[in-house]
Amino acid sequence: MEMISLKIDGKPTQVQDGTSILAAARPLGARIPALCYHPLLKPFGACRVCVVESRGTAGFELVTACNTPCAEGMDILTDSPHVLAARRVVLELMRARWPNVSILKELAAEAGLTTPRFGSPKKDENPEACILCLRCVRVCEEVVGACAIGYEDRGMRRRVVTPFDQPSEACIACGTCTSICPTGHIKLVPEDYRGKPAEFLLGPNTAIYMPTPQAVPKVPRIDADTCIHFKTGGCQACIDVCEPGAIRHEMEDEEIEVEVGQVLVTTGFGLFDASAMASYGYGRLDNVYAALEIERMLNATGPTGGRVLTKDGRTPRAIGIIHCVGSRDENHHRYCSRVCCMYALKFAHLVKERSHAEVYNFYIDMRAFGKGYEEFYSRVMDEGVHVVRGKVAEVVQAAWTGRENGTMLIRCEDTLIGRFREIPVDMVILCNALQPDDQARKVARLFGLSRSPDGFFLERHPKLDPVATTTDGLFVAGCCQGPKDIPDSVAQSSAAAARILATISKGAVEIEPIRAEISEEDCSGCRTCNPLCPYYAIEFLAEKQVSHVNAALCKGCGTCVAACPSGAIAGHGFSDRQINAELEGILAV
Amino acid sequence: METNGKRYQPRIIGFLCNWCSYTGADLAGVSRMKSAPNLRIIRVMCSGRVDPAFVLRAFRLGADGVLVAGCHPGDCHYKQGNFKALRRAMFLKRLLREFGVDERRLRLEWISASEGERFAQVTNEFTEQLRALGPLQLAAQPEAAAAAVQEVAAQ
Repeated sequence: MEMISLKIDGKPTQVQDGTSILAAARPLGARIPALCYHPLLKPFGACRVCVVESRGTAGFELVTACNTPCAEGMDILTDSPHVLAARRVVLELMRARWPNVSILKELAAEAGLTTPRFGSPKKDENPEACILCLRCVRVCEEVVGACAIGYEDRGMRRRVVTPFDQPSEACIACGTCTSICPTGHIKLVPEDYRGKPAEFLLGPNTAIYMPTPQAVPKVPRIDADTCIHFKTGGCQACIDVCEPGAIRHEMEDEEIEVEVGQVLVTTGFGLFDASAMASYGYGRLDNVYAALEIERMLNATGPTGGRVLTKDGRTPRAIGIIHCVGSRDENHHRYCSRVCCMYALKFAHLVKERSHAEVYNFYIDMRAFGKGYEEFYSRVMDEGVHVVRGKVAEVVQAAWTGRENGTMLIRCEDTLIGRFREIPVDMVILCNALQPDDQARKVARLFGLSRSPDGFFLERHPKLDPVATTTDGLFVAGCCQGPKDIPDSVAQSSAAAARILATISKGAVEIEPIRAEISEEDCSGCRTCNPLCPYYAIEFLAEKQVSHVNAALCKGCGTCVAACPSGAIAGHGFSDRQINAELEGILAV
Repeated sequence: METNGKRYQPRIIGFLCNWCSYTGADLAGVSRMKSAPNLRIIRVMCSGRVDPAFVLRAFRLGADGVLVAGCHPGDCHYKQGNFKALRRAMFLKRLLREFGVDERRLRLEWISASEGERFAQVTNEFTEQLRALGPLQLAAQPEAAAAAVQEVAAQ
């Protein structure tokens, strides 16, 4: 590219053709203030604060440094009296309209201005007023590509707005406009935090984010489904701002093959979708939450900063916690999810502490089964939490008094007093059941695992071998094997790890004595058995013209034994003789 | 069918695979599920181990029905042994027809380790079915059976 020579404040310099005066001058130490300019954006020339003096053959002219390209032989002055006077007037006019905006105050003080001489018909005393630099509109279009905001009208009436002044559906809540706004006029309000998936379940979603606030390793990740770069090929603003250069969009998912001798399956659980129980109103009523959403809400780094709030921002007066949503239910899961009673009591304790609301627990049976759990139950009861024994029939929207919105009634039978009750609440928490993960079937197929009727992986023996499976070297631990709490999961996985290490430290594997053996004398070399073996344990010895079983590979299924036409294969432990003798024996009477 | 005031009790041989069906039968037992006592179980490592000769010999020795049970297709502990059992069962049924034996006397079922209930149900169903079919009348049965016993003993 062609280089251009020019002088800036008397210093000769060379820049590439097309470089703006501002970009050329700033590296030389020239102080050119600018409001609408931003390195990520195309120059716009709206604020006129960046005026500089350009001396040419035909005298001098004032030009905006941000969008005027350098030209051969230019002589630029950035702090001449003409420049300072012009800048002062621009700032004075802006200050007349927005007297309290801090960035304008600072620039004005720098230019030696105190009180503006002018008045303004549209005077705005908000310290965070919009100064119409339109950085937000441009970044949304040029960098983010969402085009969620624009401006309307002209002159004094110009405003930055969303289309039709309605909540913008194009907005991806990335917050770029918030961070680029020089006055803080635009704010990201975590108002509608339901329905936007990330931050686990609540909170706004951006294309580049921390998986969870406590993520290990604490490294952001890019969501290729929402990242603008993967849609348009543009943006890449993150690369421009990341100083260590840690971002690489060209990285792809890769499959890594690792050879292992033993596998511990800890694929965890899925959650019952509470909207399947329509009478509880999850997904339909505003203040009906699933357990994990409340877990996020109670977290100090969560969307409400740990406060317990209804969707419209009020502190609830009464909260209902419904146990056994989807578990212990003939229509959904018959088993008990095991952890819900205890976390429901924890929720009761926490929401009561933070909101001082009346808390009602609706339970079928209270199962405080572990060490210290019963004591915790007593403590929560002492705190004044109400417990109602009975399955909730339905949650309905109903006003407590007058014309309130967002309040509900929980209708249920209290089986201890034998009466039907309607309890008014502002918030409902559903303790949804733990269930096998959606992918459990696939995982089971992959590893040849059996599943119990409820869909969880089957251990080898419920009492004597609770971590092993029927396949050697394959172990299970945690909720993929059945619902359990953290202490139980830790105990089970420690046991599995110990089992695995025991095999590794022994350095040898014991194999079952049940296996097939081919009598070389009887084998006719027909090779019928060769393709039958699923483990490729049978090889054909060409020089002897007989088949041979590799004892280390054979698992003893006996398929080849059953197929051998000359009866040359003996299945140790399950030989033809043994089975025939068994038959004879059990049919003798 | 009732004889001497007692119900006819068919004799059934069950070849159950070690990993699924035998464990399923065990589960039915430990779960205290009721199942007909007519099934006499022989454990094999895999339904693929069931030599068609075993089934024929069972009939010759006086069984009224034979149940072969294995893991569900795709769940075989030995990858594909149950498919081999399936092929052999189809072949056996044709053979039994030719011998004049009702092919319903041979039954192939998939019962997983967690299906204790299904095991009990299959056993009861099969027993009832065989009860309806009546005893297996092989021609010259007593002699043939005696000969077979001799033959097996000689092996």
